[in-house]
Amino acid sequence: MATRPASDLTVRVTGLRRAFGDTKVLDGADLTVGRGEVVALLGGSGSGKSTLLRALAGLDPDATGVIEVPDHYGVVFQEHRLLPWKRVADNVALGLTGADARTRALGALTEVGLGDRGGAWPAELSGGQAQRVAVARALVREPELLLLDEPFGALDALTRLRMQQLLERLRQRHGFAALLVTHDVDEALLLADRALILEGGRIAEEVPVTLPRPRHQDDPGFGGLRRHLLDRLGVPAG
Amino acid sequence: MTTLLNEVAVSPARAPARNRRPRRWYRLISPLVLVVTWEAAARTGVLPEEKVPAPSVVARTGWRLATEGELTTHLLDSLTRALIGLAIGGSLAVVLAATAALLRLGDNAIDPPVQMARMLPHLGLVPLLIIWVGIGEELKISLVALGSFFPLYFNTYAGIRDIDQRLVEAAKTCGLNQWQRLRHVVLPGALPSLFLGLRLAIGAGWLSLVVGEQVNAQTGIGFLMMEAREFAQTDVVVFGLLVYALLGLLSDALIRIAERRTLAWRRGLQAT
Repeated sequence: MATRPASDLTVRVTGLRRAFGDTKVLDGADLTVGRGEVVALLGGSGSGKSTLLRALAGLDPDATGVIEVPDHYGVVFQEHRLLPWKRVADNVALGLTGADARTRALGALTEVGLGDRGGAWPAELSGGQAQRVAVARALVREPELLLLDEPFGALDALTRLRMQQLLERLRQRHGFAALLVTHDVDEALLLADRALILEGGRIAEEVPVTLPRPRHQDDPGFGGLRRHLLDRLGVPAG
Repeated sequence: MTTLLNEVAVSPARAPARNRRPRRWYRLISPLVLVVTWEAAARTGVLPEEKVPAPSVVARTGWRLATEGELTTHLLDSLTRALIGLAIGGSLAVVLAATAALLRLGDNAIDPPVQMARMLPHLGLVPLLIIWVGIGEELKISLVALGSFFPLYFNTYAGIRDIDQRLVEAAKTCGLNQWQRLRHVVLPGALPSLFLGLRLAIGAGWLSLVVGEQVNAQTGIGFLMMEAREFAQTDVVVFGLLVYALLGLLSDALIRIAERRTLAWRRGLQAT
């Protein structure tokens, strides 16, 4: 992929390092995300995917390197992380200012198909619903960038498929860029414009995903890419 | 056949909700039986009058004290002491616990002495307190303050420390600054523990008051009891005990109502 001019980038990370004790988890990782681009970050467990995302989200003061992210970004974690003592709409409106905060929150909830659940407590929601609220909470900030840390990893297979479709629709409508940390190769191929493989604390490989959208696992070209990525992640064909 | 099975499976699950009301009444039976037995034992002379008066005698004495206005004066004085003591001990506990739980410096400075002081039985401090603050109102109030401080301190501290760090992170990514995180995440998250601490603090506060009012008080429920003891008025002593118990029950019930209103989100948690 050709080097983009700086103005076309939403994220630029150079020489990102992070060690836990003697273990170097990130050892000079470089990556960029273009405007409106969805980048999947793949890697085995313990490869530092989540550490990288946390550093980008500003949650890791001990990570060093140059990190450039836009002012408006949203984060969706593997767990919904909704405040149990706030009703769903108030959770989405958390940190919003202005008189229209509530209207915007309800609007975001409607977009994820939960416009009627604004008055519910988080504990009353199913896992998939709670995760959709978490997406709405990130979305309502009109982010240029979404940071997604295995956002659908804890959901059942059917709910996960629906959530992937929802994310695809939202991306088309809002045009945000996204960095998607996942261990699910299919998820990466369904959603991403580019897949990165994190290995040894650095981006070891970059795989452009140029399949036409909307994508499906049965598409020609999907299987080949999946095979390649799985090989790269250390799961060779049996 | 399937529908029938479903109905069978559904009805027992619903039953407890319908039974909840009647079952509350059942709980009154054993106390009533106890009171009736007590009354009978006192009337037949099994319990000597001067040791344990009959419940009816205690009730009559209580009524007399209430209508003569004596009870109101003593009750108000006891309540005032309890409230002032609780306000001082409680606010000190919450402020110190929050400082210790949120700031490393606060933790290092505040927690060790508090942990050490906790080991002192505060009611054993009465002789020292008499030397320090005398035998007046200050003594009663300091005792209540001391008694209520520790339960509230430890529960507030634990409540803040137990907050899920992941929620704090999520709030951070929503752009909440430190002060807003304190207000929207830390405070509501610690509230259940704070309520528990408050209930324990009130219990400890009443206990301290009972002891404090037996030291040279001129008013208060404890004084009423001590005075009655000198004249061997057992009925007044027992009535005083009852008033203390009722005060404890009432304050606990009030806190629980406040708790249920403030922590409505937990009901949602229990409903699922």
